[in-house]
Amino acid sequence: MSGAVELPSLLELGRSLRAGETTSEAATERCLGAIRDRDRSINAFITVLADTALEAARAADRELRAGRDRGPLHGVPISIKDILDMAGLPTTAASHVRRDHVAARDATVIARLRDAGAVMVGKTNLHEFALGTTNEESAYGPVHHPLDATRSPGGSSGGSAASVLAGMAYASIGTDTGGSIRIPSAACGLVGLKPRFREVPTQGVVPLSASLDHVGPLCATVADAAAIFRIVADAPGLDGSLQPGAARGVRLGVPRRYFFDLLDDEVASAFDATCARLAAAGVTIDDVVIPHASLIPAAYLHVALTEAAAFHAKALETRPDDYTPTVRARLEAGRYVLAEDYLRALRACGVLRHEVSAALEGRDALLLPSLAVPATPLGAATVRVSGIDEPVRNVTLRLTQLFNLTGHPAITVPCGATGTGLPIGAQLVGTSTPALLQTAATLETHIRGGRGTAPRP
Amino acid sequence: MTPEDWLESARADAIRRDLPDLQAMLEGLARTAAALRNADWNDDASGASEPAPAAPPPAG
Repeated sequence: MSGAVELPSLLELGRSLRAGETTSEAATERCLGAIRDRDRSINAFITVLADTALEAARAADRELRAGRDRGPLHGVPISIKDILDMAGLPTTAASHVRRDHVAARDATVIARLRDAGAVMVGKTNLHEFALGTTNEESAYGPVHHPLDATRSPGGSSGGSAASVLAGMAYASIGTDTGGSIRIPSAACGLVGLKPRFREVPTQGVVPLSASLDHVGPLCATVADAAAIFRIVADAPGLDGSLQPGAARGVRLGVPRRYFFDLLDDEVASAFDATCARLAAAGVTIDDVVIPHASLIPAAYLHVALTEAAAFHAKALETRPDDYTPTVRARLEAGRYVLAEDYLRALRACGVLRHEVSAALEGRDALLLPSLAVPATPLGAATVRVSGIDEPVRNVTLRLTQLFNLTGHPAITVPCGATGTGLPIGAQLVGTSTPALLQTAATLETHIRGGRGTAPRP
Repeated sequence: MTPEDWLESARADAIRRDLPDLQAMLEGLARTAAALRNADWNDDASGASEPAPAAPPPAG
């Protein structure tokens, strides 16, 4: 691992483009160069779009020179998780099941990004059908963490996170059904936003669980996340750029019970230090309780697996061997869930939604770690945390999946690193995405603790 | 069907379908189904117990 270097912000690139200090073509060349140099070992991309990206970048440069400015993403190279349709390209979802697929049209989010002038450098690797948190089960091979090739970058949007951390894109678009944006963002030292449920359209996105699926950005800063949210959301409700306010007077609630029961020591230390910095800045922090938190995994498992099984039933019958064995087993298990238990799980979502909303009353946001452990070793079935060997999947989903069940917006911001330099993230959860982004922008420098952004590999 | 009966039936079907890898997943589902059934917001058609105040209306 190498020393700390700030990740470039897409808004900063936009300013440089408009000032004539660089061009979209040069920025895109840099990203494509990083892909050429490093992706053989990282494996972040399934499809690289070098020619079309350079063509789009040159067109963006021509438009800017002619005085046509499409906004903050104009000419910015980004990557796309290969679960969103891009017209004329396969949407593999990292599975042989979709070997013959070619998208007829762009997903709504992709069309909005194209209209905004974004330059798409390629489609990124993921955990097969987004059903996992490590990226190890992919028809295209595992993604390796850019800071430590023996570790997973997290998932399921692991290729997206790795591409941004390794300088192959300025941002990426991912999906989050139980934490698949926030987990890899935390593991890779990025900002990752899961907007409020249904704010960003999922049309043209291969579903995992329709009740829990969200689309959002992985990027360098909260302001970058807001810029992308403004473009891809149906009604973003954000006017102008984010203006960080005063931290004094911000009120945060920390849900310790259940959420802190399984927490890596270094994650706990980084989180405590973050709370101390926030308190020193005048933020009021108190504990809150989610009374039925122990039922989160039960509700999640029953909703996610049942809905995924319904979507995959036909392919499970006709081409079962095209799935990786573990993903196939998860999907098949979902086919056995009784309707009455699925309905109980949906009812649990309502109870938990009510409890999260109650915890947010009188507070700007909830604050908790994003990921209970740092990036996990590739190949590990379990991870030791709080003296217990726990399945990696259970531990990695533990702090994020609640907010997919309830639909509340959540964002992860880097808050520190382990002794060996692996990033750690803090998660803010709010009521509305615009208000959450405003709170996150206000607290960002305190959460980061002057650490800048992620260490650059 | 109790979660125990469900698990026995699901296990047998998975073996019949030559899907032995499902065993651990099915055991997890049985455990979590039992937890959902024991939650204090569930209805009792006999009227012997009331659901917890936080309970939303039954789905459907």
